Amino acid sequence: MNEKLVQLMADLDEENTIALVKELIEKGANPMDILDDARSAMEIVGKRFETGEYFIPDLMMAGEILRSISDIVKPLLEGEGGGVKKGKVLIGTVAGDIHDIGKDIVTFMVDVAGYEVLDLGIDVPVETFVEKIREFKPQVVGLSGFLTLAFDSMKQTVEALEKAGLRDSIKIMIGGGQMDDEVRKYVKADAYGKDAIAAVNLCRQWIGG
Amino acid sequence: MAKSPEELYREREKRVLDAIALKKPDRVPVFTKFGFFAAKYSNMTMEEVMYDPEKLWKCHWKTMIEFEPDMDRNPFALMYLGPLLEALDYKQLKWPGHGLGPNVSYQFVEGEYMKADEYDMFLSDPTDFMLRRYWPRIFGALKGFEKLPIIRNIITYSMGTPFGFAPFSTPELIDALDALKKAGEKSAEIAKYARSYTEKAKEAGFPLQSGGFSQAPFDTLGDYFRGMKGSMLDMYRRPDKVIAACEKILPMMIEMAVNATKVSGNPRVFIPIHKGLDGFMSLDQFKKFYWPTLRELMVALINEGLVPCPLWEGDCTSRLETIKDIPPGKAIYAFEGTDMFKAKKILGDTVCLQGNVPGSLLSTGTPEDVKAYCKKLIDIVGEGGGFIMDSATSLEDARPENVKAMVEFTKEYGVY
Repeated sequence: MNEKLVQLMADLDEENTIALVKELIEKGANPMDILDDARSAMEIVGKRFETGEYFIPDLMMAGEILRSISDIVKPLLEGEGGGVKKGKVLIGTVAGDIHDIGKDIVTFMVDVAGYEVLDLGIDVPVETFVEKIREFKPQVVGLSGFLTLAFDSMKQTVEALEKAGLRDSIKIMIGGGQMDDEVRKYVKADAYGKDAIAAVNLCRQWIGG
Repeated sequence: MAKSPEELYREREKRVLDAIALKKPDRVPVFTKFGFFAAKYSNMTMEEVMYDPEKLWKCHWKTMIEFEPDMDRNPFALMYLGPLLEALDYKQLKWPGHGLGPNVSYQFVEGEYMKADEYDMFLSDPTDFMLRRYWPRIFGALKGFEKLPIIRNIITYSMGTPFGFAPFSTPELIDALDALKKAGEKSAEIAKYARSYTEKAKEAGFPLQSGGFSQAPFDTLGDYFRGMKGSMLDMYRRPDKVIAACEKILPMMIEMAVNATKVSGNPRVFIPIHKGLDGFMSLDQFKKFYWPTLRELMVALINEGLVPCPLWEGDCTSRLETIKDIPPGKAIYAFEGTDMFKAKKILGDTVCLQGNVPGSLLSTGTPEDVKAYCKKLIDIVGEGGGFIMDSATSLEDARPENVKAMVEFTKEYGVY
């Protein structure tokens, strides 16, 4: 592990992180190692978020740095694949709601944590959730919503999954703007997650890894 | 004997003014953000009230009369926007009947409507930037404004005038000017309705909650120009530009609020708070990027004799000590998810608190749950005055019996 790279990235020093990555590549470093270091840095970022040292802008900045590193490193990795995924998570913003910022952060963090994520996007009809869950067979489903109108969309989505006989094979987590544990009970989900790190922790708890 | 509307108006306004001044009113004032609730309550669709001003008037008024909170909110500033926004082909919003179903509340479409490399253009002349770059992006019907000459260069017969007006003969600009005329007619119609509504509310004895609108400069930059992601990353990549832009926007925000309150005759200025909340940035970032120009905005409004009324959406419990730094007894802080009891402890001697019956409780709870929540608020936050009962968010999907419980319980139990 390159301590310096991990530290620079965890401290969100974009300019010096990218400069160091380029330098390491030029010197012939293994691109896989660089990606591993970036993942370690993301672990630290996640922990700092959990302890209240980092906030959403920091997650976004970390995401930007990770994306830039991937852009540099990925072309050198052809054929090596992305490693084994820990499990499958399906995420979407429920019908009627077009908010995506929170959902995108959750998708990103769950992906970085090593899960295979299928993001259905925004304003996802109930039927689409049912159909895609049947196809993709996730262990965890994340329902996102920012508005109070999402309460009923979530409820209908969960009910439709029950009717389709899919409810017992999945764990459902909800999150976003107006959500809380009251809403979790109302929509009959398994858990409410306050933020992206809570979502990652729920996946770990339910799937392992 | 029933009170006359004039008496009711004075009584309600005094109740609110006492609360603002951190004094004990006769009882806790109660307000609700009806939003689209009024349409649902009157069996109308949200789409109908976005497009039909008479229906909007009717449903909002029915709701006001039947629930009778202490203050009203002029619905014409927030709904009946359909025809105007359509005339402009407005891109920043999807609304019921336009990109969303007839009963889905309108939602903002964030984006980078100002690019990262356009800060300097914005800073040197915001109006020029907005006319030639921003308006064409957010109003499809004004795309032709891309062709506008640089207005500040048309000075006299020898500077700008001879060639400067040529773009106005292009088909793009002719179309845009035509759209502008149509939008002007719609806009004038909204203004006419808004004026009559204010008069009607006053005649019936209801003061309005606010008579002007403004935003924290950072939110104006982040919500409308740079977008969430853009503004968040800018704090790292170009911090000086962010601060310079907020300072540039500050006098615009003051001017907007002062002018609106002059027209409406109501000194309260509604300021929704978005990107400065807990979780959206660190306390250090808040102190550096967000709070200085918001504080300046509020102090400037107070110096003009106005009452800033920020609605701290989400949670801002970690900001309470910081946001205490304003002149006492001159503003209202409405909270959504913030810890009201902690807010009372920290801000109780500084600013009137408003809030915060949760949307989830009003939508999914029972009247008894609502009363229990309100009781605790009145007992603790209402102690000694300086408190206004309110829903945490816009109501929309609330159960009518729960809204009724909130208003009526406050009227009975909230007596000092």
